[in-house]
Amino acid sequence: MVGSKVKDSTDGARRDVLVAPPVEVAAAHATDDDFDALESVISVRGLDFFYGKEQALFDNDVDIKRNRVTAIIGPSGCGKSTHIRTYNRIYELYRDHRATGEIVFDGKNILVPGTDVLDLRRRMGMIFQKPSPFPMSVFDNVAYGLRQHYKLSRSELADRVEDALRRSALWDEVKHKLGEPGIALSGGQQQRLCIARCIATEPDVVLMDEPASAIDPVATAKIEELMESLKKNYTIVIVTHNMQQAARVSDYTAFFYEGRIVEFGPTTQIFSNPREKQTEDYITGRFS
Amino acid sequence: MSTVELDMQRQTGPRRGAAEAAPRRGHRFGDPVFRVLTLVCGLLVTIAMFTLAGVLIYDSWPAIRELGFSFLTTVSWSPSSGSYGALSALAGTALTTIVAMVIAVPLAFVIALLLTELVPPSVARVIGTAVEMLAAIPSIIFGMWGLYVLVPFMQGTVVPAVTGSWLGDLPLIRPGATFQGGGFSILTAGLVLAVMVLPFITAFTRDVLLMVPRVTKEAGYGMGSTTWEVLRRISLRYALSGVVGAAFIGLGRALGETMAVAYLVGGEFLNVPSSLFDPGTTVASLIALQFGEAMTELDISALIAMGLVLFAITMVFQVLAQMWLKRAQRTAGGRA
Repeated sequence: MVGSKVKDSTDGARRDVLVAPPVEVAAAHATDDDFDALESVISVRGLDFFYGKEQALFDNDVDIKRNRVTAIIGPSGCGKSTHIRTYNRIYELYRDHRATGEIVFDGKNILVPGTDVLDLRRRMGMIFQKPSPFPMSVFDNVAYGLRQHYKLSRSELADRVEDALRRSALWDEVKHKLGEPGIALSGGQQQRLCIARCIATEPDVVLMDEPASAIDPVATAKIEELMESLKKNYTIVIVTHNMQQAARVSDYTAFFYEGRIVEFGPTTQIFSNPREKQTEDYITGRFS
Repeated sequence: MSTVELDMQRQTGPRRGAAEAAPRRGHRFGDPVFRVLTLVCGLLVTIAMFTLAGVLIYDSWPAIRELGFSFLTTVSWSPSSGSYGALSALAGTALTTIVAMVIAVPLAFVIALLLTELVPPSVARVIGTAVEMLAAIPSIIFGMWGLYVLVPFMQGTVVPAVTGSWLGDLPLIRPGATFQGGGFSILTAGLVLAVMVLPFITAFTRDVLLMVPRVTKEAGYGMGSTTWEVLRRISLRYALSGVVGAAFIGLGRALGETMAVAYLVGGEFLNVPSSLFDPGTTVASLIALQFGEAMTELDISALIAMGLVLFAITMVFQVLAQMWLKRAQRTAGGRA
């Protein structure tokens, strides 16, 4: 397993211990899933996306299964991030960004007007490419969403913060520096802090937008390990440009190319026996 | 990368490269020349600064020797009766500056928020340009505007309304012994000062708010925050040190502003104002207005001592501002 090679708890201190990430299709893959029998947390149908007049996504259909990791892969600029940024409607922060189609979450199309966007975003946590701790202490970072969405007593708050940090495999590293600024942590720790902040509010889905692209290999390994344990309680969607990573962590994979979903299926099948020529070319590195 | 690694790179990297790329002889003198040039310019600024302080001290020495500490504790400035006091001017400076800051800082902050977060970029550009143009207007024009517009308005409308109401009995508002109708007053001068420092504080605050990383704000929205929550709980904390720095910059300008204040503050050199509606004076405007009337060597020397006091005050605030900004940068975003 990847994690066993990690000797030192401080990220980046022993970068040499991990020579190359092992390319193996993880044993945890849900290969014997009956895809159709699994509950879909999110069902995307006919999703189109526009940056002004320019269309970035074309007719995307995909089903995100509960307690599974779904990876979204594809070359740069193919719409991977754009796709998951529709799930929590974060794209709305920008003028001229527009999505049409259906994203059914919890029985409702969240793209229609009148959706409670704030609650939607609580239930669909998001981890960004660059670690984005808030300018406050480690504790306050994790407590941020809790204070916003719940009324908790001091001790309940402290318990929930500790719990979130434990489940993010960060507690042992930060328990003595809860009062220190979040940005004082290493990059990998910051990213796990963001994960703790996200899961503290008990979302249903965790959207990860290239969560490991800005951190070192050891920290990446930790986050991948973390995803394995998080999927017991959460549904995870991860955008990644790293195919080994997708192969390691995900159960299902969607391959995007120029805004279209070329192929979607079990990760083992996508990587070992893709149906589409384009997928095969990408997987085998004929283009990137 | 650790600082040690960085240092090593700094030491070994470029030098090794330079040794290998020796043939560029024509360029060999470029760097030393440039270094000397920048050194000279830097030294000039420092020298100018110290010479200025030296001249101020030298020229004010007769007054300091003659008057001693009483210069700072005497209230009135009346050379003809032998009274050289800086206290009324110091009080006026403090009061006008406080009025200006109390008005300008929150207003600048709100405008900056508006420009960065709330209005469409095209509107923000128009408003932002208008605010920046305020900074380009010479202070004498503010003085004239104050004289012809603000003074009559204050005297005719605002002051009677306020002093006639229940507010009129509050300290700092109840007219004092030197009250002259309230047109020329601490408040009028403070208001104009507020307009004058507003563009600086606004521009600086806007710039620090723009520096809040997009991803940090997105992460805030991603947690289900409203715009207001992201502003208050994230952007503001992120920008706090810069906002305080901006306020200090405004403060420095307000302390030293001369002409507009000299026009409007009332020229009351004898008493410490007891109300915002009383006339008063400030250190800078006292110097400007009294130089023409200085007769003796002591008169002039005492005025230069006033200048020295102002110099010292602005220095202290500058140093405080620098220290604050340094500390804030070190612990960036730290305070919980």
